[in-house]
Amino acid sequence: MSTATPVVTLKIDGKDLSGRADETILDVCSENKIHIPTLCFLEGLSGWGACRLCLVEVKGTSKLLPACVTRVAEGLEVTTNSDRLQKYRRMVVQMLFSERNHVCSVCVSNGHCELQDLAKTLEITHIDIPYRYPKLPFDASHDLFRLDHNRCVLCTRCVRVCDEIEGAHTWDVMGRGIESRVIIDLNQPWGDSQTCTGCGKCVRICPTGALTRKGTGVAEMEKDDGFLPYLTKMRENQS
Amino acid sequence: MSTQQAEKPATKVRLATVWLDGCSGCHMSFLDMDQRLLDLAPFIELVYSPLVDRKEFPESVDVTLVEGSVSTDEDIPKIRKIRKRTKILIALGDCAVTGNVPTMRNPFGTEAVFDRAYNENAQLQRQKPTLHLPTLLERVRPVHEVVKVDLFVPGCPPPADAIHYVISELLAGRTPNVGSVTRFGR
Repeated sequence: MSTATPVVTLKIDGKDLSGRADETILDVCSENKIHIPTLCFLEGLSGWGACRLCLVEVKGTSKLLPACVTRVAEGLEVTTNSDRLQKYRRMVVQMLFSERNHVCSVCVSNGHCELQDLAKTLEITHIDIPYRYPKLPFDASHDLFRLDHNRCVLCTRCVRVCDEIEGAHTWDVMGRGIESRVIIDLNQPWGDSQTCTGCGKCVRICPTGALTRKGTGVAEMEKDDGFLPYLTKMRENQS
Repeated sequence: MSTQQAEKPATKVRLATVWLDGCSGCHMSFLDMDQRLLDLAPFIELVYSPLVDRKEFPESVDVTLVEGSVSTDEDIPKIRKIRKRTKILIALGDCAVTGNVPTMRNPFGTEAVFDRAYNENAQLQRQKPTLHLPTLLERVRPVHEVVKVDLFVPGCPPPADAIHYVISELLAGRTPNVGSVTRFGR
């Protein structure tokens, strides 16, 4: 711990806790075994605040704040679980399901999917929001990997891992709002990419069946994101 | 229904099962309850089902399990009538709950699907079938987008254990905690 970073004390769910001033609410919660559901967050990557699942209530503001990108501060009073928060978290997951074509039963990531797990933990047994059924492309031009936009939740983990860890910045996001999509280079087929190193980190950390290894069938695609914190730590120690 | 009453049921629970646009896998899973079906039999009268020979959906049904999504113009009046005549309507399996595989035609439209099946991939007599067949809806929908659903049991298919749990809980007069026994795509 750097001696220059001050320690602050705050209240989370009524408990008095402390953390470094450069930590987020989510950091302090995970250090203290307080579970907050997340989707776009991944330890080892920068916070993004895209999915809004980690929204928490902070006393003094009527706005809900994403725990993954909100820094702790002296005297903060945070609530991580309430009927209101559960309502919004359930709504977020339902919107993700209705926005694209997540057909769990025939998905290669069935049983190993973070969106599916969230539906289960939030006790979502059906989607109240009408499904959109957009017509979306599928890119299997890469030798090793596939990109299925039907399953993408726009968490941008692939964008961040490619930029921050691999240093290639092959991935990016184009479009706005509901038309947003992850793209390869300047929106070209993955197989034609000049920048992709084929390292596969994006595939290993994709929370759903959007990025998968070729050759995997229904329910056969298992993800492996455990390597990331170690890789980040190792690099920090080198520099 | 308490256990004492359950040993000698005064009136049996009137159960129906319906098969809309699905693969019948949910009904297979229902049958996969195996010998437990015999334990349920004293408390249940199966009044309508693809598994029994009744042609007309009866009046006053206590519980109806619906397999499959709403996919044709016949499905809509059918499910509305069933809803009117049923106390507790249960969407059984992912097709009924989410639309699942049948909805995969939605982004393309029915014409494209017909063309692929009966023209592009057909060897003989390339033609779109029309006689004695219901018209496919332009958009396949989960059951709850058409009628009110009281309980959702996801899964593809929901495991026999999950179906048994749901029916047993309802027979005992309790609301089953479905999320504890199944999930989407199970």
